[in-house]
Amino acid sequence: MNPLQRYAPLVDDEEAFFAACERPLPSVVRVNTIKTTVARAREALDDEGVAYEPTDWHPGILKLEDSSPGTNWPYFHGWLHGQEEVSALPAIALDPQPGERVWDTCAAPGSKTTQIAAMMDDEGVLVGNDNNLGRLSALRHNAERLGVTNLVVSNQDARNFSMKPFGERTPEKSGSFEQFDRVLVDAPCSCEGTCRKNPDVLDEWTMNHVKSVAGIQKGILRRAVQVTKAGGTVVYSTCTFAPEENEAILDFVLEREDCEVVEWDVPDGFETAPGITEWEGDEYDPSVTKARRVYPHHNDTGGFFTAKLEVNA
Amino acid sequence: MSDDTAPDENWGQQFDRLPPTPDDRVVEGRPSREEVVDWWEERFGVDPAVFDGYTFWEKGAGKIWAFHGEVVDPIKVEGLGMRILRTRQRHWKPSTNAVQRFCGDATKNVIELSPGEAKAFVDGHDQQLDRWEGDWGYLTAAHEIAGELEPLGVGLYLHGELRSTVPKGRQEELVKLD
Repeated sequence: MNPLQRYAPLVDDEEAFFAACERPLPSVVRVNTIKTTVARAREALDDEGVAYEPTDWHPGILKLEDSSPGTNWPYFHGWLHGQEEVSALPAIALDPQPGERVWDTCAAPGSKTTQIAAMMDDEGVLVGNDNNLGRLSALRHNAERLGVTNLVVSNQDARNFSMKPFGERTPEKSGSFEQFDRVLVDAPCSCEGTCRKNPDVLDEWTMNHVKSVAGIQKGILRRAVQVTKAGGTVVYSTCTFAPEENEAILDFVLEREDCEVVEWDVPDGFETAPGITEWEGDEYDPSVTKARRVYPHHNDTGGFFTAKLEVNA
Repeated sequence: MSDDTAPDENWGQQFDRLPPTPDDRVVEGRPSREEVVDWWEERFGVDPAVFDGYTFWEKGAGKIWAFHGEVVDPIKVEGLGMRILRTRQRHWKPSTNAVQRFCGDATKNVIELSPGEAKAFVDGHDQQLDRWEGDWGYLTAAHEIAGELEPLGVGLYLHGELRSTVPKGRQEELVKLD
């Protein structure tokens, strides 16, 4: 069966939802402000005859028209990075600041990581972690091409992430720290929200996979809360519609760790729906409605889920 | 175990912070922060203030990384900022990524390429460019884009020829739109 059928009861307009999921996604690039300005990147695209349109909600996120001719100098210079429109949301919810300590738990291949670096003005300590060594090389390549210099690349299992390399046990040493200001958990998931880019995800979907990946998501999000300082921020995001991987994960962690779900500022002009509190007989903490669901027909994007948590003092 | 490593060894599995000056040097052959910053200024005219707030590290013999933050020394991680320079050899060699990142305002040893030359350079071709009358050795190759000069990467200029050192993985990016 098509797993998207499960979500028909959740959406406001079933027909529009299924129709949007059938359409391919436009190519989208993000301007990398570490190496250039939005104005200069757009001028370079104009000079090359590459057609684009800025998104309604972000001047540095550009939709490319399908048949763009010519060479792409701005891409070579690391001024642009191909990044799906919705995947820019978690970093916006995270709102990282220059000089902070930030952990991206599942960083490869690095679209969101490099966006976070740019938002930090490429200054501070940004730990980009991934458990897959092969994917880490893609993260390193992208970060270097985009000119990122505040990234620490680490190769650990995020579920039992050790702070020892960062000097947890030697607090007297300069540069040591044991907690982060902000953490992004962009979790591995069943990825139905990427079906417009990769329709195979729907054929490969199984409930067993949802259940197994949910266990990993719980482990990573718990660890993220544990290593975030009081008053700090954790953002949880996925590209799936499955409540088992979204609201259920939040509900699980809210019961076990000292944190709460808070509202986050969705960009003006970007339509979202609230998190849900009931699914197939399960009930979730009422605060999960502060999380935001993104359906493909709302903004002509992929599907997405983003929640912002505050760690309690 | 790494924790038992003597401080005077250059250990390939961890990042060791560069000493501030040559006088602070403990590990033989390891460049100092001062020498690294001076090198960028002498070779390309990069303002030393550009590197304020940066820490410099060595991992493996001669590979120097620049990191825009503070972490403990030593640190065992897979990457720390950007690889900027290959030292412990007669001519220090800058990386493509570092030249793109730090030589935007370079004032010395910058060779401006025409559109055709820039394309050939990025494709990895060596070119005869007799017009260059400056130093031999590693140059910043640059071209004009969106009204200003922008560094492309590192060229090695010898005997009238500019050799491209653009890595294979970067050569393909000129045509990629994803």
